Amino acid sequence: MPNVIILVLIPFLPLASFLILGLFGKSIFRNTSGLAGTLSLFVSFLLSIYTSFGYFFEYGKANGIYQKLVPLKLSWLEFSNGLSIDMGIILDPISVMMIMVVTFISLMVHIYSLTYMKGEERFSTYYSYLSLFTFSMLGLVLSSNIFQIYIFWELVGVSSFLLIGFYYNKPSAVAASKKAFIVTRFADLGFLIGILVLSFYSGTLDFNTLIQRLTSPGSGELKTAVTTSFLGISALNWGLALVFMGGAGKSALFPLHIWLPDAMEGPTPVSALIHAATMVVAGVYLVARLFPVLALSAPEVLELITLVGVITALIAALIACTQTDIKRVLAYSTMSQIGFMMFALGVSGYGGSNGIGFTASMFHLFTHALFKALLFLGAGSVIHYVHSNEMKDMGGLKKHLPITHITFLIACLAIAGVPPFSGFFSKEGILLAAYEHNPAVFWLALATSGLTAYYMFRLYFRIFWYKASQQHKHHGEGGFAMMLPLILLAVGAAVAGFIPFGRFVSSDGSLLTLPFHWLFSIAPVTLGLLGIFSAMVLFKKENGKADQISSFMSRVYKLVYHKFYVDEIYLFITRKVLFSMVGRPAAWIDRNIIDGLVNLSGATTKAVSERIKVIQSGKVQHYGLYFLFGVIGLGVLLIYVIKF
Amino acid sequence: MEINDFFILMKGELFLAVMIFLLLFIKVGKGMQNASLLTLIQVLLFVNFLVSLTFNREGVLFGDMFITNSLVAFQKSILSLGTFLISLLSTDWLKKHSHLPEFFLLMFSSLLGMFFLISSGNLLMFYLSLELATIPVAALANFDLEKRKSSEAAMKLILSSAFSSGILLFGISLFYGATGTINFSQLPGHINASAMQILAFVFLASAFGFKLSAVPFHFWTADVYEGSPIAVTSFLSVISKGSMAFIFLTVLYKVFQPLSEVWYALLMILSLATMFIGNLFALRQQNIKRFLAFSSIAQVGFILMGMSSNADMGLASVVYFVLIYVFSNLAAFGVVSVISAHTGKEHINDYKGLYQTNPFLSWTLALALFSLAGIPPTAGFFGKLFLLAAGASKGHYWFVIFAALNLVISLYYYLNIVRVMFMDKSRHPIQSIKNNRAANFALGICLAGIVLIGLVSWFYEYIQTLM
Repeated sequence: MPNVIILVLIPFLPLASFLILGLFGKSIFRNTSGLAGTLSLFVSFLLSIYTSFGYFFEYGKANGIYQKLVPLKLSWLEFSNGLSIDMGIILDPISVMMIMVVTFISLMVHIYSLTYMKGEERFSTYYSYLSLFTFSMLGLVLSSNIFQIYIFWELVGVSSFLLIGFYYNKPSAVAASKKAFIVTRFADLGFLIGILVLSFYSGTLDFNTLIQRLTSPGSGELKTAVTTSFLGISALNWGLALVFMGGAGKSALFPLHIWLPDAMEGPTPVSALIHAATMVVAGVYLVARLFPVLALSAPEVLELITLVGVITALIAALIACTQTDIKRVLAYSTMSQIGFMMFALGVSGYGGSNGIGFTASMFHLFTHALFKALLFLGAGSVIHYVHSNEMKDMGGLKKHLPITHITFLIACLAIAGVPPFSGFFSKEGILLAAYEHNPAVFWLALATSGLTAYYMFRLYFRIFWYKASQQHKHHGEGGFAMMLPLILLAVGAAVAGFIPFGRFVSSDGSLLTLPFHWLFSIAPVTLGLLGIFSAMVLFKKENGKADQISSFMSRVYKLVYHKFYVDEIYLFITRKVLFSMVGRPAAWIDRNIIDGLVNLSGATTKAVSERIKVIQSGKVQHYGLYFLFGVIGLGVLLIYVIKF
Repeated sequence: MEINDFFILMKGELFLAVMIFLLLFIKVGKGMQNASLLTLIQVLLFVNFLVSLTFNREGVLFGDMFITNSLVAFQKSILSLGTFLISLLSTDWLKKHSHLPEFFLLMFSSLLGMFFLISSGNLLMFYLSLELATIPVAALANFDLEKRKSSEAAMKLILSSAFSSGILLFGISLFYGATGTINFSQLPGHINASAMQILAFVFLASAFGFKLSAVPFHFWTADVYEGSPIAVTSFLSVISKGSMAFIFLTVLYKVFQPLSEVWYALLMILSLATMFIGNLFALRQQNIKRFLAFSSIAQVGFILMGMSSNADMGLASVVYFVLIYVFSNLAAFGVVSVISAHTGKEHINDYKGLYQTNPFLSWTLALALFSLAGIPPTAGFFGKLFLLAAGASKGHYWFVIFAALNLVISLYYYLNIVRVMFMDKSRHPIQSIKNNRAANFALGICLAGIVLIGLVSWFYEYIQTLM
């Protein structure tokens, strides 16, 4: 059986490092805070390896099926009538995989930042925030209870808010962190209501019990949850869809994605951690956690997830083709890949070989974490070198940044799905699952994967080739601490595809072999190579072809460049509708929120609002009069209008 | 009734009465130095809090006029703690005040009134103690002696509450006419949903609405809060509202159970209107006291929502929320009062760049606002969560959804102040304030409360055992 102390230490070591660095970072650990944070995380990483080894090879299986173990469970709050909130740790294949991913990527980012953030005034604060984030993320994936997951979910939001806004004297960073916080908070509201609905109908907050009660066909809870309906949709579907809304906010799915590109204002290693490997996949993880309920009892919600996922994948890929800020390209590419993971879950069935989509989605989450973190860290290395995010300041860097160049190329090949790099295997699984389930989704996904290859290699050629190598008088590539994570991640991104992932993760815990057909792979690989080739033609040398094409297609290009005007649509809606809460910092809203309300229902409301202003006149005799009106009004209402 | 019962069951009231006399003697006699008198009072208030925690028994006195049980005792200790914290938080202001004994004389009288109020078992007792709780506060509102706004606040409070009392009395006499009794234990047997009784109930409820500043009985709130000294404002907004919420629970759940459908509708209307109008006005405020006044109106909307559940959960969640509200709101008022006492500044724009000069005060205010806004993991989040859950128990989801949307609106104006303090720059920020130890200690207690009451589940579980 798992060792509970070791399990508890995995999240609590980063917590301890957060507290210690937060309190003493500026005094005792003045020069060593980075090292201290990295060390504690390293221990945490070793413990995760130990745990996952034990789980997968020693105690995890019973009769050849992986079990959902809950080695620790403390009753934290007796709610009412048997409903209690527990604080527990759940061990199952996906949570074990996630702690590996989170601790590994976080460790890489810790090491990388030793050099990247060097000389930063608030170096120790940065490390304490990183530790806080890692703690919250580990707490999130280990939660055995839907409410516990919500608490950590919010903590993740708060700590990413702190990290994105780390350069707090940069106004754009502050605005971005605020936008991220508010959009995700808005989505979390749905999540919270979803939790309330689910727990109300299942009578529990515990994941295992909840899944069991809402999937067994004869259970009374399931029956009431399905038969009760609100606006024609069953309570179960409402609950799950609202929970999915929370996941969509965190995972930047269309149309709640608008915060992600702006969040690139944070330090680049932070983007690698939060916006590549951990926080943004929290939504995928949440859907995977509730997958049995979705697959067995609420296929309609699963279809919604497929739809949202595939739209996100396609739109984000289109936008990524046009961006010129390299971090934004990566941000949209992340969005697109998360769309892949989501619709893979959406097209998956439950149990045995029906669950290919589930396994492929988790596999893609795993490989994506490796190559996307690598891409972000590589981009960080480029930005560190040229001091700019813009493509126009780059080009011809392959001589200057040899290690970055090679590792970046490996990551691009992996994400483009070129065999035998890791992304190829996971993407094949997803495409296969889509093909079997829903041809329309498959064709869209196929097109998207071609686009992926194109925009990634556009990025690659634009950074490392394009112009003739110029003489930069800058410093070198960034030293050992920055190169080591790149190399380790590149090795991972290259070979992780050979892991027999189905032996570890599957929808119902049984052992699965991801099917693989050479013939099936021909189409996606050819399309990927085509994408790479066209990027090469356009961007390997500075030749103006790309500009010609874009001027030829200028209107389409412009539409895509402006991200389909989603931000603008938002602004339009928010100006008109009461909840103008996205896209502008609070000052703007303070001024406009009431006006927005007023515009919404026209002159009538305006008159009422004016009246309300007048009502607070300061004259006590008026107050008395309104009081009396209130009493009489309520009396009339209760006696004559609502009859009892 | 044995004489022993009398002393034990009414120990809190007796202690307060003795303190009132003590203060009278000190005032009439030679008097004391302000500083030492204040320390004495603070110690006595702390003892009062300790007294409220110990030797609690259930019992009834004076033919059902006075009821006490462990829930009532717990509610009284919340009020005592709050009063103690207020006395610590306003140390700087009180030390300079020329009428210190009178200030506490009045405050204790009002607190005594509230104690009787939540123990009352009879409509007459209820009315008398309500008056005892209100009238001294009106005098207190006038304690910024040199400010005209303060007198205006006192005048408005006394006139408005006289008006409300009149309607309340009308309601009580209608009930007496209809049922022939004013005793809480006998009333439920005679209550029915006849038009006259519903009208009488609305009259009665308006008095609660008035004291809780629920819309549309809230008009006095902003003017009175703005004009009164901050110590009085916080007393009004925290202690007075808390006591009123407690007795409202008792009256609704125990006495007016036969009218539960009527008051569910009433609470729903009041709750929705209150949270929405409170939010709408809070968005526009520039004076921080006025801002806190309107935001506390919005908070009352949520309390009313929790009450509407008509179950133990509603009871528990309201008591729990009031406990959290005491800490969060007093922390916010505490910081505002410290800043006002040292600099006289009360405009939100004056708080620009506060973080650079006063990090402790900024963090305290920020946490308090987070808690009021209901952001996890502060206690306020759990308080709001349980209120929402209680409100949802009747299955009216749109009610909960509307409330949740209001939570998002409120997030804005609370975060706005945090932004002003932490992110805005100012050329003339408020200078660094050297706060006295008593006030810092009280702020520390509030912070501990904001963090711990949510995370330590013992509190909620303890409250549940009291039901």
